[in-house]
Amino acid sequence: MAIEVRDVNKSFGTTPVLRDVSIDVASGSLTALLGPSGGGKSTLLRVIAGLEHPDTGTVLISGVDATRLSPQRRNVGFVFQHYAAFKHMTVYRNVAFGLEIRKRPKAEIRKRVMELLELVHLEQMADRYPSQLSGGQRQRMALARALAVEPEVLLLDEPFGALDAQVRKELRTWLRRLHDEVHVTTVFVTHDQEEAIEVADTIVVLADGAVEQVGSPADVYDNPANPFVMRFLGPVTEIGGNLVRPHDIEITADPRPGSSEATVARVVRLGFEVRVELQIGDRDAWVQVTRGVAEQLALNPGDTVNVRPNPGSRSLALTGA
Amino acid sequence: MAKYGLRTIAVAYLLFLLVLPVGLIVWRTFGDGLAPFVEALTSPSALHAFRVTLEVSLWAVVANTVFGVGAALLLVRHEFPGKRLLSAFIDLPMAVSPVVVGLALILLYGRFSPVGGQLESWGIQIIFSTPGMVLATVFVALPLVVRAVVPVLEELGDEQEQAAHTLGASRFQTFLRITLPGIRSALAYGVVLCLARSLGEYGAVAVVSGRLVDQTQTLTLFVEERFQNFDQPAAFAAATALALLAVVTLLLTRLLRPKD
Repeated sequence: MAIEVRDVNKSFGTTPVLRDVSIDVASGSLTALLGPSGGGKSTLLRVIAGLEHPDTGTVLISGVDATRLSPQRRNVGFVFQHYAAFKHMTVYRNVAFGLEIRKRPKAEIRKRVMELLELVHLEQMADRYPSQLSGGQRQRMALARALAVEPEVLLLDEPFGALDAQVRKELRTWLRRLHDEVHVTTVFVTHDQEEAIEVADTIVVLADGAVEQVGSPADVYDNPANPFVMRFLGPVTEIGGNLVRPHDIEITADPRPGSSEATVARVVRLGFEVRVELQIGDRDAWVQVTRGVAEQLALNPGDTVNVRPNPGSRSLALTGA
Repeated sequence: MAKYGLRTIAVAYLLFLLVLPVGLIVWRTFGDGLAPFVEALTSPSALHAFRVTLEVSLWAVVANTVFGVGAALLLVRHEFPGKRLLSAFIDLPMAVSPVVVGLALILLYGRFSPVGGQLESWGIQIIFSTPGMVLATVFVALPLVVRAVVPVLEELGDEQEQAAHTLGASRFQTFLRITLPGIRSALAYGVVLCLARSLGEYGAVAVVSGRLVDQTQTLTLFVEERFQNFDQPAAFAAATALALLAVVTLLLTRLLRPKD
């Protein structure tokens, strides 16, 4: 294990932010800490980096107890949401910083920095200052800077949170590819489930300072441990006291075993998919179908249809709902 | 019309308050050419006063720079009980009359106080000597560096410092390589302000120095003493020199003032 977090508790004043958190991060993995804001995921990342101290519990990095180690001795790379670029230094000096602190020979620093700048496609920008770069470029520079010291783990705190949607998507794909090239154990924090599913190979869902579920993206999406995780990982709707993914619902004209009757309230065409809003008894629900299915059924508001969860799909019983 | 009226009033106000008095001093100083000016300023007493002023000011600036940066870091980067009190104490010298500061220092460090007496028995004289004058100057110029640095430090944030830590930099390395360059211009601004205040200080220094001619006489004290002794050329020459110093520091602050 590259990182082992054991029974970590942390409060800010009287507010608990982390409650008995234990996670394992495998060497070479790309793990997402996913959860709503205020769920404690950034704090957990900062505890791993040594930027926050846990009230109780331990943090092991590569088998070594790092709980009492200062950030400078942990050999972690940390990337901040707002880049934390050293404004008075050129891109080159930013990336070289960790190596200069380690007093490596000049020639070695030069070689390593240029390699890294090539890796993040900033080799043309070496002499620029951070203020002359775009947000995406700054974040890539920050990444190169963190990688320069060959950290045992790379920690990214909402790395794409401050970027616009287009750049964010590009950088996501790029981060995935970079990880496949560099293989450094990476943990990143995000509140965007799509980002977590697309980039990570393991997802840790955190809410209210506690771990809700750990698993592969497919695992947490298809087999959510509880209604919270199911809701957070993707769209859900309620049918017959069960939480179901709207694309896992069968909609037919005639009743079938286990189906319930519903009234079509509205049909919304969103390109290739169609969103059918239904009334089941006095409850609202919605179903996502393809355009073909919708046209075949010729759905109109006021029609009566029958719906049931797809056989084989996963649904969660809502207790006390 | 109202526009011109206001302008006339503003100009007249500044004329009688600032331009005429300073202009007169310069005119009187150079009224008989440059020679008397140079002669007055190169007299042994004047030269000595220059030296004392520079010595006291430099020590005061060094002390206030070190304390100012330290206090600013403490106020911005740390949480501790009594923080607001410390912040209020730092502003105190702005409110207290320099003469009171001088008297207070004499009360504490004078020969007949327990502290002053003890120091005297170790051969350290504070009052009527350079250390006392430095103390008084440090006191009156205390808030200038702190107040110049605090807002910039706040705006800088601590993320760059945290990034430096994770990259392996110690606290001291982080301060030298990240924090100090970040506050550089604000610090320079504060230091120049502090220097200007120190060069021009009169009240507190007058009280603690004992105004010993050729011993503890600073340039401001020299002006006053020459004037009282009807040596107007020397008084005016020294006053002009002080004014020129002020203009230079003013220009420096203009040059160094943090953007925005």
